[in-house]
Amino acid sequence: MNKNIVLKAENINKYFRVPTLFHVLKDISFEIEKGEFVSIMGKSGCGKSTLLYILSTMDTDYNGALFLDGEDLSHKSADQLAFIRNQHIGFIFQFHYLLQEFTVLENVMLPAKKLGIKSLEEIEHDAIEKLRLLGIADQAKKLSMRISGGQKQRVAIARALINKPSIIMGDEPTGNLDSKNSEIVFSILKELSEEEKLSLLVVTHDIDFAKKTNRIIEMEDGRIIS
Amino acid sequence: MNYPLIFSIAKTHLVSRFKQSAVAALGVTFGIGTFITMIGFMTGLNDLLDGLVLNRTPHVHLYNEIKISEKQPIDFITNPAEELSIVRSVQPKFNQIRIHNALPILDFLNKDKRVKGAIPQIKVQVFYKAGAVNLNGILNGIEPLQEDRLFNIGDYVIEGNVQLLKNTPSGIILGAGVADKLKLSLGDRIYISSPNGALFQLKIVGIYQSGLAEVDDIQSYVNVKMAQRIMGQSESYITDINVKLHDLALSVDMASQLSQQFNVSAIDINAANAQFDTGTSIRNIITYAVSITLLIVAGFGIYNILNMLIYEKMNDIAILKATGFSGKDVQYIFITQAMVIGIIGGSLGLIVGFLLSVLIDNTPFKTEAVPTLETFPVNFDPVYYIIGIIFALIATFLAGYLPSRKAKNIDPVEIIRGQ
Repeated sequence: MNKNIVLKAENINKYFRVPTLFHVLKDISFEIEKGEFVSIMGKSGCGKSTLLYILSTMDTDYNGALFLDGEDLSHKSADQLAFIRNQHIGFIFQFHYLLQEFTVLENVMLPAKKLGIKSLEEIEHDAIEKLRLLGIADQAKKLSMRISGGQKQRVAIARALINKPSIIMGDEPTGNLDSKNSEIVFSILKELSEEEKLSLLVVTHDIDFAKKTNRIIEMEDGRIIS
Repeated sequence: MNYPLIFSIAKTHLVSRFKQSAVAALGVTFGIGTFITMIGFMTGLNDLLDGLVLNRTPHVHLYNEIKISEKQPIDFITNPAEELSIVRSVQPKFNQIRIHNALPILDFLNKDKRVKGAIPQIKVQVFYKAGAVNLNGILNGIEPLQEDRLFNIGDYVIEGNVQLLKNTPSGIILGAGVADKLKLSLGDRIYISSPNGALFQLKIVGIYQSGLAEVDDIQSYVNVKMAQRIMGQSESYITDINVKLHDLALSVDMASQLSQQFNVSAIDINAANAQFDTGTSIRNIITYAVSITLLIVAGFGIYNILNMLIYEKMNDIAILKATGFSGKDVQYIFITQAMVIGIIGGSLGLIVGFLLSVLIDNTPFKTEAVPTLETFPVNFDPVYYIIGIIFALIATFLAGYLPSRKAKNIDPVEIIRGQ
């Protein structure tokens, strides 16, 4: 397997069984290389978010094979997958999924603490560095419910970066932001991809956003059409 | 598993919802506090009531019982296997009231390692005389200090004391009922007449009140020697031997062994006071039943609050799972919260229970039945505090376990997509 391939999907099929049997994803296969910034586009209900959650290992109810850094993920246990998510996958959601009662800094540190490789001082240092990279180091000690939406999304990105993941996945990361904040978030992601050679996979509706990425995967009715 | 991290998340959840956590903890506090108070009070009362009887009851009591001979004269000349003999109107055999060889038996018993002490007693039927009035009475000849050491007679001497009796050969500790009827008090003299009609003047050195009117109206205590003098008997005249053992449980075996060995009647404490065990165990059952009910109610409170918490924290759970926390981690976060509530609530409960117990212990409570009692009796046995905290931990664990299992099984995708 090519060393440069970060994520590889092979013939992924997924069915919804409730309320009726429905074939959501049909033979999805693609690869993402290291440092690539890929967007998935498609209409609502085409299965793009469903695909993203399968790729993120949170949804395990599918047929087919999924490789991350050459490692087959399709037959791992839930605990093993949780560990892999923790170490290798960063996540950015459409809504600002932060732990409300924790400070910004604690939110960013959380995945690293869970991983438990570095000492607390190192983690804190890393976290502040990530926040500085994203221009919100001054907010570090605030409770995460007290900062603005755009700032929250940047905190989420900092959290996704903290364990130096192989890939960052985003589900409409700018979907809930105004154009100015969208612009900021996009440029941050773009910078990360170019300068840090980070792989990014982003599901989006936003055609302007998608056009600026390296590659667009377009989906329709559960198939990749281009 | 990263316990410090899980604990810090649990702590943040608890602290950020302080009121609800406090209410849940107070539920446990209330349950445990009530348990400690109730059990302390109940067992204190139990011990007192048991003590009333058990402390002054010998573990083994040796005496000569008036009874019918098991082997009637005819049985010596007939063979019961072949012949049937019927004896009508059997009379009890004449028997000495005194125990044969009582002094050697006492020596023997006091050398036995199982025995805490064996002391003689001499029962004498007398009349208390006041002018023309003759009151029926029983004198107990005792060794005052030994009797006090083993059977706590001193607790029931409400005026004067046993030391005085020891120092006064012709002293008497008079039953409170008798003293009352004859208008006698400490230092007065009383005449008694012995079974053979001799009159003796005794000095009142104490008043005895057991709380049982029937006893107090009749019974008084004198020295062993005095009792022997009243009977006109020698030093070896002893009617009863009371034995106290180190281990109460041995009393049944001891009684049957002594009865065979010395050919006397021996009665053990269990046979004498069987009903007390029953009363004690029923009171204990009631106490535990009420306390467990309280704890179950507290447990439901915790269960409710954690269940609500988990619904509110769906987002947090989804984030934690998305960022790599396993279902078990999430489960431990919520169980930890339950256990923290349990430990804090339970410890507070122990303190509250202890303080209430102290309060009750200092509440004045006077009763004729127990002259030594000034306040309500409370048991401060640490065992109940240990049971209390273990109860609290088990109840909160169960209350936390079910909601936490739900949190463990939440599918993060459903939450994230649901918005």
